[in-house]
Amino acid sequence: MNVKGIESSERPAFPGRSNHLRSFWLAVLILLLASLCAASVAVGTRDVDWGDIVAALRGQADNIGQAAIALRIPRTFAALLAGAALGLAGAIMQGVTRNPLADPGILGVNMGASLAVVIGVAWFGISSANAYIWTAIFGAGTAAVFVYTIGSLGRGGATPLKLALAGAATSVAFSSMVIAVVLPRGDIAGGIRAWQIGGVGGVTFERISHVLPFLAVGFAISLLSARKLNVLALGDELAAGVGEHVAAARAMAAFGAILLCGAITAICGPIGFLGLVVPHLCRLLVGVDHRWLLPFSTLTGACLLLIADIAGRIVARPAELDVGIVTALIGAPFFIWLVRHQRVREL
Amino acid sequence: MTVPFFTVDSIIGGRRRRARKRNVVIAVLLILVAVTIALTLLLGQSFTPPRDVIRVLLGEDVAGATFTVRQLRLPRAMLAVLAGLSFGLGGVSFQLMLRNPLASPDIIGISSGASAAAVFAIVVLSLSGPIVSIFAVIAGLGIALLVYVLSFRNGVAGTRLILVGIGVSAMLESFIAYILSNAPAWTLQEAMRWLTGSVNGAQLGQTLPLILALSVFGGLLLGRARDLEALRLGDDTAAALGVPVAKVRVIIIVAAVGMIACATAVAGPIAFVAFLSGPIASRLVGNNGSLLIPSALIGALLVLVGDYCGQFFLPTRYPVGVVTGALGAPYLILLIIRVNRSGGSL
Repeated sequence: MNVKGIESSERPAFPGRSNHLRSFWLAVLILLLASLCAASVAVGTRDVDWGDIVAALRGQADNIGQAAIALRIPRTFAALLAGAALGLAGAIMQGVTRNPLADPGILGVNMGASLAVVIGVAWFGISSANAYIWTAIFGAGTAAVFVYTIGSLGRGGATPLKLALAGAATSVAFSSMVIAVVLPRGDIAGGIRAWQIGGVGGVTFERISHVLPFLAVGFAISLLSARKLNVLALGDELAAGVGEHVAAARAMAAFGAILLCGAITAICGPIGFLGLVVPHLCRLLVGVDHRWLLPFSTLTGACLLLIADIAGRIVARPAELDVGIVTALIGAPFFIWLVRHQRVREL
Repeated sequence: MTVPFFTVDSIIGGRRRRARKRNVVIAVLLILVAVTIALTLLLGQSFTPPRDVIRVLLGEDVAGATFTVRQLRLPRAMLAVLAGLSFGLGGVSFQLMLRNPLASPDIIGISSGASAAAVFAIVVLSLSGPIVSIFAVIAGLGIALLVYVLSFRNGVAGTRLILVGIGVSAMLESFIAYILSNAPAWTLQEAMRWLTGSVNGAQLGQTLPLILALSVFGGLLLGRARDLEALRLGDDTAAALGVPVAKVRVIIIVAAVGMIACATAVAGPIAFVAFLSGPIASRLVGNNGSLLIPSALIGALLVLVGDYCGQFFLPTRYPVGVVTGALGAPYLILLIIRVNRSGGSL
């Protein structure tokens, strides 16, 4: 195999971004993430003073302030995981489909997971946490295959426009099916909002612990596929020419992304547009090399979702804004900007 | 190559034949709408004899029938018909003007804009009545303008307009979800109205602004039916045929948005009625003249039948928007598959 040699000679193809600069940004991101985690625990609908925060971090829950902090800790953890997973999944999907508009929300993957869970709860009475996750992953995978098949029919393969349209149509279809399934079931209708609007409030460590193994596998597969995505970025013919098994590489990377999306949707509901914004931001920072882009997308996704969650808690005091609403309000204008300015093929 | 042989007589004959076909379709649709209205009035949870219904409609009091028919069934049927007419007519006008079935107001965000404004006016400003409609119309026009401006870049490409519209409606829908989640008396039924549309709890008073909007804006649109037909051939061809393209466009947008926004302010954005009516009408009528009236009638029929099915034929009572949504979404996917297969641009 000669791939390594080709890759090292390819390095100058990403000029102007030295590894020093990238390491600097990496340090900045990690610092930002740490301070955001702290802020997410400290800031919220209720003002809690520092003594109580420290006491709550030690495990006390004696007064209402400490109890509030005790709720914010798993929430922060959930936002961290969800943001990281969705950011990474977005970067993978944009790499696999070579499509700047790809995102787990826009491609209908999150909605597919939602619909599967709702059907599972309403018709098959699933209740165990593992069943939730498997159902969500199954739904995410089915939706991804469905949308990609529709989007790649006909002339020109899966163009950005066709994929985005197919994904949007599928999302609309799935969300009306979610309503149709849930409406007659008053007993589960209370939980419907979680499946229509994504949110990280009310997540417990117990629920998070069930998805951790799935997320770990998803992260591992996704991060390991960076090199394959770099080769795929050359175009299918060239990638096959340098010895890459194109279909297998695509399938593996996509599987990782689907695992991540399904697991996150199982605990948080559909959170859209994050996976769209994050990779574009990261490309500005570190360029198009996936070996840097994927870890950066993971970190940036976590940062952005934490920011969105904190903002949702502050803006709407004393109520809260679900993080799914915040990401849509911020992400949709970005989507429009992309459609306007990116020289997307066929637009 | 054989050159087809036309005489004046054969052309006139062809025109007559086509006009006749369209008239037959319109007549059949009218009869279907009338039959469905009659069915709605006669048969609900209980059966009311036709004689009683007629007497109630003429203003008499019939024990056991007056309340059911006058308070429950008649307003509901009226609202369903009027909203359906508005959605059908407004939707097909957009589709014809932009020459793209996907450019219907419920996909490019105009319906959700009107719905968001209506929810805002009702929940946050605690308004009610015709003012809500005015709010919805202004917001609908604003969103139409916004989508148009945002997708303008060396002219408006239909595809870019649709993608921008999808983005805008995603934002508006999360705005609606936010307002509803903060509303004091947040109920699922009320949320359904503003997210998918419903004619539950209709009152006769609500239909008045709709009748007004339909007669003013609908009249404007029907008056421009010939220009719309010309626009189907392309802007340049239409201009060459003597259509003042820019002016006609503004009139059509204002009229269609006005109608749809008024209907949305009362019944919510009934899912996919605006999107479905035009293509169905085009299937039925073919290339035999204006699609406006057939589409309006199909819109009314869709809402009436959808509401009736949602009430009585399904295991639970669904609002009409859920029924039309479940019907329309697969059709939307089918449309995309068909267009992709044939390789044409959307």
